[in-house]
Amino acid sequence: MVTLGTKIDAPTTRGPVDSRGYRIFRVVNTIVLLGVVVVTLYPFLNIVARSLSEEAYIIAGKVTIVPRGFDLTAYKLLMSDAMFWTNYRNTVVYTVVATLISIVLTTCYAYVLSKPQLKGRPFLIGVALFTMFFSGGLIPNYVLVTSLGMKNTIWAVVIPNAISVFNLLVMKAFFESLPSELEEAAAVDGLNTYGTLLRIVLPLSKAIIATMVLFYAVSFWNSWFTAFLYIDRQDLLPVTVYLRNLIAGATSAESAAADADKVQAAATLQAVTIVLTTLPILAIYPFVQRYFVRGVMLGAVKG
Amino acid sequence: MTSTLRPPPPAPPTSPQHAQSPAPRSPRRRRSWRQALRRDWQLYSLAILPLLFFLVFRYLPMIGNIIAFRRFKPGGSIFGEYWVGLRYFRMFLTDPTFWEVFTNTLVLGTLTLLFCFPLPIVLALLLNEVRARRFKRFVQSVSYLPHFLSIVIVAAMVMQLTSIEGTANQLVTLFGGDPVPFLQRPEWFRTIYVSSEVWQTVGWGTILYLAALTTIDEDLYEAARIDGAGRLRQTWHVTLPGIRPTMVTLLILNIGSFLAVGFEKILLLYNPLTYPTADVISTYLFRMGFQSSNFSYAAAIGLFEAVIGLILVLSANVISRRTVGTSLW
Repeated sequence: MVTLGTKIDAPTTRGPVDSRGYRIFRVVNTIVLLGVVVVTLYPFLNIVARSLSEEAYIIAGKVTIVPRGFDLTAYKLLMSDAMFWTNYRNTVVYTVVATLISIVLTTCYAYVLSKPQLKGRPFLIGVALFTMFFSGGLIPNYVLVTSLGMKNTIWAVVIPNAISVFNLLVMKAFFESLPSELEEAAAVDGLNTYGTLLRIVLPLSKAIIATMVLFYAVSFWNSWFTAFLYIDRQDLLPVTVYLRNLIAGATSAESAAADADKVQAAATLQAVTIVLTTLPILAIYPFVQRYFVRGVMLGAVKG
Repeated sequence: MTSTLRPPPPAPPTSPQHAQSPAPRSPRRRRSWRQALRRDWQLYSLAILPLLFFLVFRYLPMIGNIIAFRRFKPGGSIFGEYWVGLRYFRMFLTDPTFWEVFTNTLVLGTLTLLFCFPLPIVLALLLNEVRARRFKRFVQSVSYLPHFLSIVIVAAMVMQLTSIEGTANQLVTLFGGDPVPFLQRPEWFRTIYVSSEVWQTVGWGTILYLAALTTIDEDLYEAARIDGAGRLRQTWHVTLPGIRPTMVTLLILNIGSFLAVGFEKILLLYNPLTYPTADVISTYLFRMGFQSSNFSYAAAIGLFEAVIGLILVLSANVISRRTVGTSLW
């Protein structure tokens, strides 16, 4: 990646002198790309500005990216809503538990699939791949989860989507890239399969496991539909469904939005909820972005 | 695997030398399975839990689709009570609402494909021409960002931007128009949906193309230049063919999810006023199942959708293998 990137930077890559037309193109290109940046960032800045503005300015349509009539009432209102924090805690718990389950299952299966000499391997791969192109669908899934008695429990959120086939393929590709001599040496030293996986393979796979943890954690953190479908009790909902209920105007009596301030603070409150829900993602984003990119590319090689 | 086993002719079943084998019909195959199990049982044991997951949460629901052909009673067996044949299929095929949502699905799917497939390619090509590395990386980082947001947050942002006092209407009033309640107007839904989809996916979509672009041999550009090709023709004759396998793969995947158009996002953004353009197969079956409690009817629609999706991806794969020689497997 890095070495290839430098090729592009070398000014003489594709021609000794830039033509006039190409120089104009580069100026236009820079402007277009700056436009992309502005359009991408604008909604974020708009939301932050709205969350900090006084409701009256929002209703008057005066808020763009600068907060007007600086006001923290909505923040205080939301922060004092116990249900918001309960739901936020649920999101954290669900994300941690679901990621843990997913990582264990994905790692085990990917490791098995990465053994080329294993009998029945094509079948095991086929079992996973087929689910990428055909799924049981919403209703049978709902009937199944309900009949398993998982409704209104954490398991309905963390189990039904435990293995992502894409992540599985990424991990399998990584395991396949490890030199087989290492494991042969481990076998000679008398380690069994479990020992090899735990003591030899996993320590070498820290980077890919970190990537997988991020992939899964972000997807569970962001998920809302499973919880929306399977959880009726408000104190078990994740924060994404809290936000969904807020924007759908379906907030319950316990919620802050149902206070007398509701009418005045609705727009600001939504903005504040968006900001507080997005904040953790935005906070870690700059540090983890490259792992995501690497993971996607690894998956593309073999996927 | 099976083909490698075939060439050596299996021992004749009557041969007395093989009396020690408990499986006289195909001793080679049986014995090698046994050997495999004895040698690799620890490896197989690691696959048990994941296989159980696939079996219960992926394949059992596929079988559960049987309720599309059976009468289903809530609280009863998950496979329904008794057979009704194709009754539910006939029901939705003669239901005018179904054809309305079917058309909406095709229109939204086509529009999404039309914008969300080519735009990442364009953006990747533009990024590829940037020489200032830090600027390039900055644009990339910013454009990936929306990918990491929950759909709920994206929907909430869309609602705020298109609300009566939101940015879209600030622009409308700036140019002397009257504020429009965009999300309550069926004629605006497609525009809003596709724009938000582009906003969310275009940056992230460039990753694979940018990776493919770095693998193109510099010598090809050199050769094209010697032949007198300008920048544009280099792009046309070297760059685009270089990323064609990536394009084809992503196109096949896009076509496979064609009918499943942004179910969650539509569910969050639509309302009865915008049903005429916003209601798609998946949202319709959601309402049939969970608001009208007609599970069998909804399952029939879901099965129809899943089968068409499978047919689409298989045919796209076959066509691309025949025409451009790239396929998913």
